Amino acid sequence: MSINPALIASGGDSLREAFGKTLSSLADEFPRLVVLDADIAGGTGVHHLRKSHPERVVQFGIAEQNMMAAAGGMAAVGLLPIVTTFAVFCLRGLEQARLSLAYARRNAKIVASHPGLDVGPDGGSAQALEDIAAFRAIPGMTVISPADATETALATRAILEFEGPVYMRTGRSPAPRIFGDEHKFEIGKGQVLRDGRDVTIIACGVEVSRALTAWETLKAEGIRARVVNMPTIKPIDAGLIRKCAKETGAIVTAEDHNIHGGLGSAVAEVLAASVPCPVEFVGVRDTFGASGEPEELAEHFGISAPFIVDAARRALKRKKK
Amino acid sequence: MHSIASIYHAGSGHPGGALSCADILACLYGAELNVWPRGVDDPVRDRFVLSKGHAAPALYAAGAYFGFCNSREALRLRKLNSPFQGHPHVLDLPWVETSTGSLGQGFSVAVGMAMGLKMLKRTSRVYALLGDGELQEGEVWEAAMSAAHHGLENLCVIIDYNKLQSDNRNDVIMRLEPLAAKWRAFEWGVCEIDGHSIPEILKAFRRVVATVNRPSVIIAHTVKGKGIPYMENVPSWHGSVKLTREQTEQALAALGATDAEKKEYLDVY
Repeated sequence: MSINPALIASGGDSLREAFGKTLSSLADEFPRLVVLDADIAGGTGVHHLRKSHPERVVQFGIAEQNMMAAAGGMAAVGLLPIVTTFAVFCLRGLEQARLSLAYARRNAKIVASHPGLDVGPDGGSAQALEDIAAFRAIPGMTVISPADATETALATRAILEFEGPVYMRTGRSPAPRIFGDEHKFEIGKGQVLRDGRDVTIIACGVEVSRALTAWETLKAEGIRARVVNMPTIKPIDAGLIRKCAKETGAIVTAEDHNIHGGLGSAVAEVLAASVPCPVEFVGVRDTFGASGEPEELAEHFGISAPFIVDAARRALKRKKK
Repeated sequence: MHSIASIYHAGSGHPGGALSCADILACLYGAELNVWPRGVDDPVRDRFVLSKGHAAPALYAAGAYFGFCNSREALRLRKLNSPFQGHPHVLDLPWVETSTGSLGQGFSVAVGMAMGLKMLKRTSRVYALLGDGELQEGEVWEAAMSAAHHGLENLCVIIDYNKLQSDNRNDVIMRLEPLAAKWRAFEWGVCEIDGHSIPEILKAFRRVVATVNRPSVIIAHTVKGKGIPYMENVPSWHGSVKLTREQTEQALAALGATDAEKKEYLDVY
């Protein structure tokens, strides 16, 4: 299968850059905001804030466990801390996030860049495909994965205004711009981006633009797919999922994450308990990643647009006539 | 006495490590910490974090004695619907400052508090009590490095150095020595004291307040199970144990309980 050249050529901002620029623009509005860095501000987008507001960035060195729990202490004395590192190193501080942030119900945020296969050339060791599942299992933890730079900017503001612990993914690679300036983001809400009656594709993060590409292909085949952007994985928009299941009768989920425990699982949990219908899961099939360019990896591991198209066809076939 | 009685009523708990730090907790709440029951949400209060969360019965006993919680209620340790969980939880008891139990984390939280208070230009001080076995957690040394790097002079760590941990002596499980040299190498102000000598504990606190540009550690040499002859220095009393009525009475007698106190602690439920 060939790589869609439109996606490689699209010059959208990366989500991490959007996050960093937004932090810098919001720092004056949020005087208690403080960002914790583990020697990768250049990679997480935090270098923008370090330039504009150096006093707001606290260096922890390459020591994520201490950084994660220290954020709990900062929140306890009234600051608004954001822990920033790569998604894979958030897993290293998982137990600290559990006890010192979530269990103590601290108003602290974790923003993880470099999630999933989108990491690309750094390879399997660096590609967190388990983070959504892990953080979603922590009680009281909100989990967000925005789809493009515009949504990342909006989500960054939203998590600062939200009271409670949040885990948010950004992304390493330049991402196609999906949303214009009129886009709205609300924690816990999904949106229908393309309407259709035959099958619903529910996606998050980098998979949203792939779902939109899949929609074009399906449309050409006469299949009317609905595309839903689901940036909040927890708490998930159960109402919208049930509505889509009732109206289209078949669901496809798409995520740059292991098929176990992520968006697909969250959607299936809702449906199994309410409106059972065929669900096809597009995601990495319980394996580790590898080096390569993100689009090559998406083809190799089966999360590119053609795989979403295939999944939609399978879901349709399973649908009750 | 309160900790022993609560562990007896609970049917489980860690008596050895609670007793080894009881004198330190008494000095902290009795003399050092700038915090009072009516000011537990005062932004300029001092903060104390029990990083060795398994010594919760000693913290609850100190809290009961100094008026942060009700003594009788605090005897309902480790019971369903009791806020006095096996390890301290800040949503149940705001005065415990943070939730602990997973070793190493309380220290990092204290580092974050000290950093945050410094950024907010508050004069509050932060104290954290760590166990010796806890020092085997890698996170402890991440926290130690970060506190020194950021010059957290408002942070004081106290190590309850009772030389024993869950399964055996520290030096058999994973050697800690040379302990003072390790902290000096991390550029902390270090003092070593007898952790059961009230004058030495108080003098050490006076000394750390005067430390500038660096955090302080007080290495308090203690005796596990202090005050109860059959427990002293016996590792098996570290872990979660069940105390019989007879053992509890014996322990309370060794700690000098009067008949009235024995009745107060033992016949409460």
